[in-house]
Amino acid sequence: MGTVVFFVFAILAVASAWGVVTSKNIMHSALYLALSFSGVAVLYVLMNADYLAAVQLLIYTGGIAIMVVFAIMLTLRGEISDSNPENGVWGWGAIISVLMFLMIALVVLTNTDWRVLPTPWTSGGSASDISLLLLTKFMIPFEAVAILLTMALVGAVVLAKGVKVSK
Amino acid sequence: MDALYNLFNVLNNVFVNIAIAIRSLFADPHSVWANLTMDVINFIIVVIIVVLAALILILLERKIAGWTSQRTGPNRLGPRGWFQTIADALKLMGKEDITPAGADKFIFKIAPMIIFSLPMMTLAVIPYGKGMAPLDLDLGIFYFVAISSISTLAFIMAGWGSNNKYSLLGAMRAVAQMVSYEIPLLFSLLGVVMITQSFNLGVIVEAQAGLPFIVLQPLAFGIFLIAGLAELNRAPFDLVEADQEVVAGPFTEYTGLRWGLFFLGEYGNMTALAALGATVFLGGWQGPIFLPGFVWFFMKTGVIIFFMMWVRWTFPRIRIDHLMHLAWKVLLPLSILNILLTGLGIYIYRLVMGG
Repeated sequence: MGTVVFFVFAILAVASAWGVVTSKNIMHSALYLALSFSGVAVLYVLMNADYLAAVQLLIYTGGIAIMVVFAIMLTLRGEISDSNPENGVWGWGAIISVLMFLMIALVVLTNTDWRVLPTPWTSGGSASDISLLLLTKFMIPFEAVAILLTMALVGAVVLAKGVKVSK
Repeated sequence: MDALYNLFNVLNNVFVNIAIAIRSLFADPHSVWANLTMDVINFIIVVIIVVLAALILILLERKIAGWTSQRTGPNRLGPRGWFQTIADALKLMGKEDITPAGADKFIFKIAPMIIFSLPMMTLAVIPYGKGMAPLDLDLGIFYFVAISSISTLAFIMAGWGSNNKYSLLGAMRAVAQMVSYEIPLLFSLLGVVMITQSFNLGVIVEAQAGLPFIVLQPLAFGIFLIAGLAELNRAPFDLVEADQEVVAGPFTEYTGLRWGLFFLGEYGNMTALAALGATVFLGGWQGPIFLPGFVWFFMKTGVIIFFMMWVRWTFPRIRIDHLMHLAWKVLLPLSILNILLTGLGIYIYRLVMGG
């Protein structure tokens, strides 16, 4: 049962990722991206990471994908049905993908520590575990990320609105 | 007296007992196939709830509109006009299904289906009675908010796919409004989560046996209602489909049953949000013993829905800059204040009780 669900949604995620890079219409690429995010969310559920799956849906499908679509709408010029000409460049894309894949494969295969045994998570709801870890063991990285994101947000607002020069 | 009490007990557990009876038809009542059968039955029940709710609410909305503006409302078809919705549905089915020439066809066609499917997914985690949640998820509230955030994307798809200025304007308004109001909505629910230490809606209802959380969290309930109305794009926050400004927003180009799907989705979402409010703040199926739990639940949901309709026909539409102002400068600080006060309250409670 779990295997069937896994393959259905893994294929969905990979196929829509394929759609992101090959679609001629960049708007379709953005919507395929949202579908890919949703497929990954279901894979998280199969790994008993329910909280992560819900966050994936809330932040990525409901937030990031919409920001991407918006950015496309605001920067678009010309004909929409042929708005993504760069994905015709197959040679360079293939070279970069193969190099990337080789690098990741090398790191994964040479480091035996990466192989985590696929045991199901048993202790309680994942939300409470994550919150405990975030507020004890990973407190400093968590706060650092929060400050970084706030700074990025302020920077984006300043860049977009400009700053009044004080005399 | 004993017989009466037994009768209520039977009524209270009637659906749970039916579920147990269906399960007992299998050799092993907890096998994969028994679970799958129950899931399918639960799914069908949720779909029926969405469709029935839409059918009833459309008529109710027109009746309440009549009541608030002192006219009669629909009163011709059937007894006191109660068959009006059926006639409306038949009319919608008979209309031509038009796809605009310049539309992005696939996106245009799939957007109403997404909107209609979301309330089915969100209503699946609501506990309708004791042990009557179709899906007993540990992350109930979080799942609800995560799923309903997808509807923003469906609005963009509808607005973009229609290839129409007004649709796109409406879609942009939808995004601005729904992304902003999602945050106070989620934060207003966090106070209750802090008290119960759980996202599970069943646990939250159990915790309200003594007194409903509206007593402990009145501020959060107010924020929830306002942000919820804005999430649903209903008046006074119906800037998305403001007829005088952007024709009908993302729905401008839709005809026939596709437009009907949007309409059903809107009422389904409204039911889902009202059910969430009834579950989290009004005590869900908890209530005095003289009525079964699911009756209490649907009565509380009905009260919230009535309130939403009442608001819609009472207040004028809010301006877009005021809308953003309300979300970011009023509701968000208030909801953060509510979280702070709840945390302080829990801390003091533990200090006093020595927990």
